[in-house]
Amino acid sequence: MRVAPEIPRQFLISLAVLVVALAGMSMYAWRMRKAVVGTPAAANDTRPLAPPVAGPTERVVLFVAHDEDGSLRGESAQIPMPSGRQQRAEELLRALLSIYLDKSSPHPLGAGAEVRSVFLVDPGVAVIDLNSAFADTHRSGVLVEELTIASLIHTVSVNTPDIMKVRILVDGKERDTLAGHADLSSFYEVSAVNQLAVQLQAAQ
Amino acid sequence: MRWTEPLRGAGVAAMAGAIVLLALVFLGAAPEKHLTVYSIAANYSLPLVQREGRDYVGLLELLEPLGKVNARADGVRWRLRYYREEVDFQAGKSRCRLQGRDTDFPGKFLLENDRGLVPVSSLAVLLPKILGGPVTLHEESERLFVGSISIHFTASLSADNPPRLVFNFTGPVNPGVSTEPGSLRLAFTRDPVVSPASPTLTFGSKAIPSATFSEGNGIAVVVVNSTVPVMASFSNDRRTISITQTSGAVAQNAAPATAAGTTPAVPTAPATPAANNASNASRRYFAVVDASHGGDDHGETLSTTLLEKDVTVVLARSLRQELESRGITTLVLRDSDANLSVDQRAVFANADHAAIYIAVHAASHGPGVRIYTAMLPYGDDDHGPFRSWTTAQRGALPFSQTAASAVSAELQKRQISVRMLAAPLRPLNNLTGAAIGLEVAPSGADLTQLTAPDYQQLVTSAVATAIAAVHDQLGGAP
Repeated sequence: MRVAPEIPRQFLISLAVLVVALAGMSMYAWRMRKAVVGTPAAANDTRPLAPPVAGPTERVVLFVAHDEDGSLRGESAQIPMPSGRQQRAEELLRALLSIYLDKSSPHPLGAGAEVRSVFLVDPGVAVIDLNSAFADTHRSGVLVEELTIASLIHTVSVNTPDIMKVRILVDGKERDTLAGHADLSSFYEVSAVNQLAVQLQAAQ
Repeated sequence: MRWTEPLRGAGVAAMAGAIVLLALVFLGAAPEKHLTVYSIAANYSLPLVQREGRDYVGLLELLEPLGKVNARADGVRWRLRYYREEVDFQAGKSRCRLQGRDTDFPGKFLLENDRGLVPVSSLAVLLPKILGGPVTLHEESERLFVGSISIHFTASLSADNPPRLVFNFTGPVNPGVSTEPGSLRLAFTRDPVVSPASPTLTFGSKAIPSATFSEGNGIAVVVVNSTVPVMASFSNDRRTISITQTSGAVAQNAAPATAAGTTPAVPTAPATPAANNASNASRRYFAVVDASHGGDDHGETLSTTLLEKDVTVVLARSLRQELESRGITTLVLRDSDANLSVDQRAVFANADHAAIYIAVHAASHGPGVRIYTAMLPYGDDDHGPFRSWTTAQRGALPFSQTAASAVSAELQKRQISVRMLAAPLRPLNNLTGAAIGLEVAPSGADLTQLTAPDYQQLVTSAVATAIAAVHDQLGGAP
């Protein structure tokens, strides 16, 4: 009669450790999956991101358009500002948009309007990427579109030194006009926008 | 059978009946409809056919006088090639493949014996893309204008005694002249004459109280109403027609004055040309007025029933009338609901070497009028004789600011709220001559003011007065 060989003890211990590790990883993967499934709801939320509430705040000047008299007014604001130059420009514009999307907005923008990102490219180039809701819901008219453009560019350029030209994209792509009038097909010269801002501030 | 008297009588009666029937058919038939096409290459008429309650025209026949074109039928498909532009049609479909994209048009494409027929109403959509330039369709009157070919006119009554009605045209004209008691009729069968701002012109004269413009079946007609016998005479290289009262002696000698029917007009010695001080010989119009938007581009939706593109056309026509009444030759770039890109608008104004380009916009939020000059984008410098397209306006900007300041001052004189601004508004930056944009808004909250003729005229007359005042300062624009 033949006797079955005995399974080595260390092999059994290794197997047990592997089974426990597998069970642990399965549970971790299950929890991760639940977290990922919950993410799309937040991605579809088109409301603008609020500036981070934590972090050091800084006093900046936002140039806010006012439809009632067609003016551009410099308004001081204390907002949390990150240290990165590019992130600072994005936060500036998000703070500006939070004013335009407020119920008592002096220059209302459509629901879901958002600045997707701002890219700063040396030497002196800024690219502002708006989302499609920003452009698609924007009111049409020479002055109303011009106020928006001047507000965005002047706010970024005054608070971010050394920017000479600015391009505005929509959803990362070129677009002819903002809403039928203001040209988006070329780079804006910051010095020309500064002169326009002076004209628009004179309307107050 | 023998030819008996009763049979002969019946035969004669049957023949007479047939003749009467034929006469009734021919007399009762509607006159054949035609589409008149005006272009730089040729002016011509094409017969229209009725299908499915619409007027149709052969597309190949329409394009043949304009350039190199051919077409090929392949089953239900019909491919047309005009120079390098290819269009694919399919019988019974209201969509074609044009410039690599699907293009919808009103009505259906029809293929009859390999002949491609398109609805007349579709020409406003198809032809600008096929020909690569502006096309204006007067659908109701079956008139098609290819390119900036329209001839505009002004009418004014001189202070002579007896009074003289003077029509000034922006190009030579050759109308058929006919008279009948109480009116003189000028029929423009081959001239691309278009309507003034108002089809009825009144002159406040007992002898010549009014004139009316109408167009239909490919012809434009001006009827001068008069209480006395009048005659027409031509001058200024057939650009001026004077309507004068006939004296008794003249009435006897001048057949056109009293004879009914069409008679040739009587050319006379050239009169003083209409005021046109354009120094540039290649300039056809001193001012180009551009009714912004049009076609698929509605501009601002001013109200549920009012689109910016419709208001701008009316304002542009009114401005043309005001400018021409001040002796300034004027072209309205978009005189119908046509699609016209900003590049095309700039190309036409630059090619004409117009001394001033005026873009007309309308807005729901005022108050009053905003005047824009170009805010130049960040662009390349000119290279030798070649100008940067995006900053072509740079050299002419001082002229534009002169015009804008003059318009601003004149509007203020008339108590209209006004504001001057630079604006990133194309095609102002692409123009090589003086260029301004007007954004006309109501003076208060009442949006209906935008369509009120008195408000429109108040604005356009102020603009025209200002342009006339700085006329000489704009002539030097490159």
